[in-house]
Amino acid sequence: MNGAALAGLTLSGAAPALAQTAMSEMADGMSPKNKELIAYGERSKFVTSIRVPVTARMSPDMYGLTFHVNTPLQDQLGTITPSSLFYVATHRGSYVPEIDPATHRFMIHGLVDRPLIFTMDELKRLPAVNRIHFIECQGNSASPQARTVQETHGLTSNAEWTGVPLSLLLKEAGVQKEGKWIVAEGAEEVKGASSIPLGKAMDDCLVAYGMNGEPIRPQQGFPLRLLVPGFEGIYQIKYLRRIKVVDRFYMTYDDYGHINSDARAAALAEQIGPKSVITFPSGGQKLDGPGLYEISGLAWSGGGKVKRVEITTDGGATWHDAEFRSPLYPMAHVRFVLPWKWDGKDCVLMSRCTDELGSIQPTRQEAGHFFGDPPGRERPRGNNNTIQPWKIASDGSVRNGLA
Amino acid sequence: MVSRRLLPFSIAIVGLCAAVSAQSPTYGVGRTPTADELKAWDISISPDGHELPAGHGTATEGAPLYRQKGCGGCHGPNGNMAQAPTLIKSDGTQRNTFSCLSPCVNDNNVMALHSPYATVMWDYINRGMPLGHEQTLKPNEVYALTAYLLFKNNVIKEDDVMDEKSLPKVVMPNANGHALPPTEWQHGAPRLANYPK
Repeated sequence: MNGAALAGLTLSGAAPALAQTAMSEMADGMSPKNKELIAYGERSKFVTSIRVPVTARMSPDMYGLTFHVNTPLQDQLGTITPSSLFYVATHRGSYVPEIDPATHRFMIHGLVDRPLIFTMDELKRLPAVNRIHFIECQGNSASPQARTVQETHGLTSNAEWTGVPLSLLLKEAGVQKEGKWIVAEGAEEVKGASSIPLGKAMDDCLVAYGMNGEPIRPQQGFPLRLLVPGFEGIYQIKYLRRIKVVDRFYMTYDDYGHINSDARAAALAEQIGPKSVITFPSGGQKLDGPGLYEISGLAWSGGGKVKRVEITTDGGATWHDAEFRSPLYPMAHVRFVLPWKWDGKDCVLMSRCTDELGSIQPTRQEAGHFFGDPPGRERPRGNNNTIQPWKIASDGSVRNGLA
Repeated sequence: MVSRRLLPFSIAIVGLCAAVSAQSPTYGVGRTPTADELKAWDISISPDGHELPAGHGTATEGAPLYRQKGCGGCHGPNGNMAQAPTLIKSDGTQRNTFSCLSPCVNDNNVMALHSPYATVMWDYINRGMPLGHEQTLKPNEVYALTAYLLFKNNVIKEDDVMDEKSLPKVVMPNANGHALPPTEWQHGAPRLANYPK
């Protein structure tokens, strides 16, 4: 103990000289960009994976608005989406606001005993939790024209979120017995808002200010975002400024954009169903001849934990249980794999997710049949969690099996 | 900022208070908003319209406003055949040469015909328009613009006055054409039992 302390004293006493030597030695090996690398790390110039706008609308668009941007799922390792690659979606196309956290305020009001306003500092005094959850856009629906898994499924991402349980804040305000829904609203120019059932609001929602170990980024809602685990992305209100407890479904503009004519499709909205997609091999990739490969992909469910992922390599004739290669968290991406020996022949790969509620990811045919829709309807009704097929050709090329 | 180290101590204190009344706040962090703050922040509009501010407007008043506020610049002089979402259903004789922005709003889902409630239109114009100048319209202007779009889509008459009482009562063409999401969400319940079988 004393020795260690002495050693520390000796070192700190010699520190100026040592530091100078070390810095002059390092300077020789420094690239001009090293200052940036040290201050806020950058990835290698040899790593070039990027997000791309959805094909239906460029981003920024003709008005300078950000719309939807796909994350490169084909390049993702593990389960956590880097914040810089997290998918982006906005209410109607938005300008990303620059909000000073010192002036940002969050209000709870409506059918409560005690309306409250919080500063960011006040929110950070309250007990915070850290949870890993995916966010997926309701529009994350593969089209036959999509070529890559980034285009078919790039509107889902997964991060660690830090924040205060919404239930704690609602209890602090005292929800009155007439309260049945909340309306959550953002501070950006359009004041995007969504209605959420009170049962969900009191269950597992977070008023989050942290994402992957740092403050939530502006594109993801800096300085404050509502996390509604397992619900469609539009409920995860960015730039959160206000929650109003109300007595009914309010049908905000965002809610209106998601209304359904069919009660069954409406029931399939809000909470994301069990879903999975193979990210390797996936569209646009190429297998380097017959031999052993590890099929890999991501699975998730808005209903809780993923229980099982099965993979078929023969177009659905036989299914094999995949192995999980990451911890299983509720409403979070999990990485699954299956070793596979490719014989070099044409084949179709698919994955199928079952969640802890026993709900099973359907095929497009099953979803269409359920709603009585004619075959070939481009997009299944409700939240589309159908199975994605990838076609492997004998030359090793991989194509969208929906095409 | 108060140090986070104080928290366990303050919880211990307020914990004692919580034993007295289950309805009391536990942490006592945050402050009560003023009446002015509540009024300024609360722009939510219920389908029953009870938060609608006092005001009134007609389609006749809304027509010049549509031009003055620049609505036609993005939505077209006639509310259609333009790059921004269609506001007035066209007569069907022309084809829009602009590709439909995603989410695509065209003749098939014009808001005045597709929304179950007129209050949704009022709310969106009030909070979201004009682009880049959001929340600058006065209540009378929002009533007039809403009335103009309802009239041009043949939902109300040209001289019908829209105000905080009449607007929620407008019977919209799609009033019964939608299914509400389930109010009773429960942890651990499947979305739709036995789907897709």
